[in-house]
Amino acid sequence: MENFTPISALVGGGLIGLSAVLLMALTGRVAGISGIASNIVLGAPGDRLWRFLFVVGLILGPVIVRFATGSPPPFEITSNLFLIIGGGILVGLGTRLGSGCTSGHGVCGLSRLSVRSLAAVVTFIGVGMIVVTAIRLMVGG
Amino acid sequence: MGKALSGLIAGLIFGIGLTVAQMTNPAKVLGFLDILGNWDPSLAFVMGGAMAVTTLGYFLVWKRKSPRFEDQFYIPTNNKIDPPLILGAVLFGAGWGLVGLCPGPAIAGLAIGGWQIWVFLAAMLTGMALHELGKRARLLP
Repeated sequence: MENFTPISALVGGGLIGLSAVLLMALTGRVAGISGIASNIVLGAPGDRLWRFLFVVGLILGPVIVRFATGSPPPFEITSNLFLIIGGGILVGLGTRLGSGCTSGHGVCGLSRLSVRSLAAVVTFIGVGMIVVTAIRLMVGG
Repeated sequence: MGKALSGLIAGLIFGIGLTVAQMTNPAKVLGFLDILGNWDPSLAFVMGGAMAVTTLGYFLVWKRKSPRFEDQFYIPTNNKIDPPLILGAVLFGAGWGLVGLCPGPAIAGLAIGGWQIWVFLAAMLTGMALHELGKRARLLP
């Protein structure tokens, strides 16, 4: 567990929570990224701009951290191109079919004690762990 | 205007939070899913920190009659645990485990990650489009 970073995890998580609370207080919406992103195109025309700007902010946030700290945030992707494409399609299709992802079901859903969101979170974390473990066993790591 | 600015600010804070928590790093996320490997519980602390703030914040915000820039709160009302929810969560969890990216980090990483994240995002948007096409063809809920 030498990679464990509890303090930055809690602080970063707190900021994510602050964002979710602000979005609810100001626009009355749940901060679910898969929903916000897809509804830039699919949502009501009057609600496309704030969603688009949320995504702009989401991209600029890490850039601000990069300049504030003076070093690029760690980014390491180990999957090959085939897995990246397959994984991306599964994430896009799955989050729409299941009506949410780590933010919508995870942060926002669990915080309002939604049983439906809890079922989704347990399922996607469980399946994620099974897939990673299966890959580990197959490559013999 | 207020709603648009709200979206931008919430997105910025969300992106900063993800970066501080290192959730923009797919290797870090996979470390949480890799329970038989060098397990890194950080992601659970990110969720915990986010939920603590969101649970309290939602409680306070919902005491108000309406959000600042809308007439009502838009809170999901569906509380059914149905097959699309579980199937969607299974597909999402599988894709998440293959790469270590979910929708938030897939967007937040665009300016700080490598070329792979653009491939992942394109695949993810394709997956979302596939769901929309399936829905319009009445093949998917």
